[in-house]
Amino acid sequence: MKIKVEDMNLYYDTFQALINVNLDVVENEITAFIGPSGCGKSTLLKSLNRMNDLVESCRITGKILFDGEDIYGKKMNVNVLRKRMGMVFQKPNPFPMSVYDNIAYGPRTHGIKKKRELDRIVEESLKNAAIWDELKDRLKKSALAISGGQQQRLCIARALAVKPEVILLDEPTSALDPISTTKIEDLLTELKDRYTIVIVTHNMGQAARISDKTAFFLHGEIVEFGKTIELFSRPKDKKTEDYITGRFG
Amino acid sequence: MTDAKEEKKDKTDNGEKEIRIAAIKERGAEYFFLLCSLMSIGAVLLICFFIFRGAWPTIKSVGLWHFLTFDKWKPTDVPPLFGIFNMIAGSVYVTLGACVIGVPVGIFSAVYMAKYCPYRIYPVMTQFVSLLAGIPSIIYGFFGMMLIVPFIAEYMSGNGNSVLAASVVLGIMILPTVIKVSEVSIRAVPKAYFEGALALGATKEQAIFFVGIPAAKSGILAGIILGIGRAIGETMAVVMVAGNSNILPKSVFKSVRTLTANIVLEMGYASDAHYDAIVATGAVLFLFILLLNMVLNFINRDANAAGGLS
Repeated sequence: MKIKVEDMNLYYDTFQALINVNLDVVENEITAFIGPSGCGKSTLLKSLNRMNDLVESCRITGKILFDGEDIYGKKMNVNVLRKRMGMVFQKPNPFPMSVYDNIAYGPRTHGIKKKRELDRIVEESLKNAAIWDELKDRLKKSALAISGGQQQRLCIARALAVKPEVILLDEPTSALDPISTTKIEDLLTELKDRYTIVIVTHNMGQAARISDKTAFFLHGEIVEFGKTIELFSRPKDKKTEDYITGRFG
Repeated sequence: MTDAKEEKKDKTDNGEKEIRIAAIKERGAEYFFLLCSLMSIGAVLLICFFIFRGAWPTIKSVGLWHFLTFDKWKPTDVPPLFGIFNMIAGSVYVTLGACVIGVPVGIFSAVYMAKYCPYRIYPVMTQFVSLLAGIPSIIYGFFGMMLIVPFIAEYMSGNGNSVLAASVVLGIMILPTVIKVSEVSIRAVPKAYFEGALALGATKEQAIFFVGIPAAKSGILAGIILGIGRAIGETMAVVMVAGNSNILPKSVFKSVRTLTANIVLEMGYASDAHYDAIVATGAVLFLFILLLNMVLNFINRDANAAGGLS
């Protein structure tokens, strides 16, 4: 079990955004979180690498274990945690610097200074994100000048550059065109051999296409969690069925 | 029946009249505002004209290059010697000194205010920064005379009236400009950049200094240039702490005279060629300011081209 969420509750001030969440994320699988807007799926994702720490009013009870270690425990170094769990955001957010510097930012932050080492990491990360061929001649160009789809794959490459074990993606294709979306879906399917992937998505087709397990969220609770094939073909809960057949949401 | 018609016609007439009057009023207001904004343009052009016309006799008789690079200023000798090299160097020294002191402090203050400051303390901080901007320069001068000059004389070297004293005073004076402009531009950096950096395992400081500040650099640079503009043009505070001797200072503890000091110290008794040379000194200062403005425009345009971050 790569990540284990146990009896977790999350509050923003007095509003409870997640209610008694239990969830297991298995290594080298793609786990998808689906559900209508405001159901808590992104909130849970951001709790996994403690990006919710940035929200002052956020309070959490319960446990999240990462390789058996409590990520909210006293011994957890949050910077190391985030290095081990890469994150890709809904809107591509490359830094306003060159393609090369974007990828090299993470390794540099973690103390890698040698040019040759950085060169190697940049090339490897871009290759792993299947974007090397498109960008290899534009490494010195501003990352803001490439297309939105390329920017998002660049962000995936940037996350890969710090050698994470898990990749968290928060609706990574919702701002992209269908072709870019397909490319990213293919990429994720490829990456799951080496990484554990958790993806939040609005797009049920996407969850069905690429994920091994799916969790359906509603009003802060996980209504149903199981193998994607089963959840989509034989949903156990009436609410899941209504959602995946498009009756609400 | 006819009455009713008449009345109706009257009404529409009145309505049209009202609209016409409103249009005239609107046009009038527009011209009035135009006139007001033309005043500042007119003022700049007038200042340009008079200062450069005033400088012309000196430039013609002494020669521009000689005036700028000759290091003897003896306006009352016969024949008088007019060279402002020492003063140009003096202005450059104290301005650079002000930057060395004011820029790092200013940028770090801006980082604190934009990224660390608890929101309860923030209004107090901004209040004090605004106050700092509003303190008259003569008060800064007193502050320098009473605290900084004696401190340098006591614990360092010389009599205290020095490049260092002027740099410290100017460094403090440019703080509000550097802080405000930098803070605004650091705040303007999209949150997504910081989040992206943090999500890679960067610490808050790393996110700020290796993503935030580079993204805000053109705005910060603009703040620094505005600060330089303020420092190089500052007169009163500098005169009070710089010593003002007309020699090229050999160390930061030595007395220095700036362009502005040269003008204010001699304006009172200068006449004829001396007077013209003083005006020409002012013209040189003015050129520096115009140059700085050009650099600033260039930076702003660059920032706009790079995606509106300034």
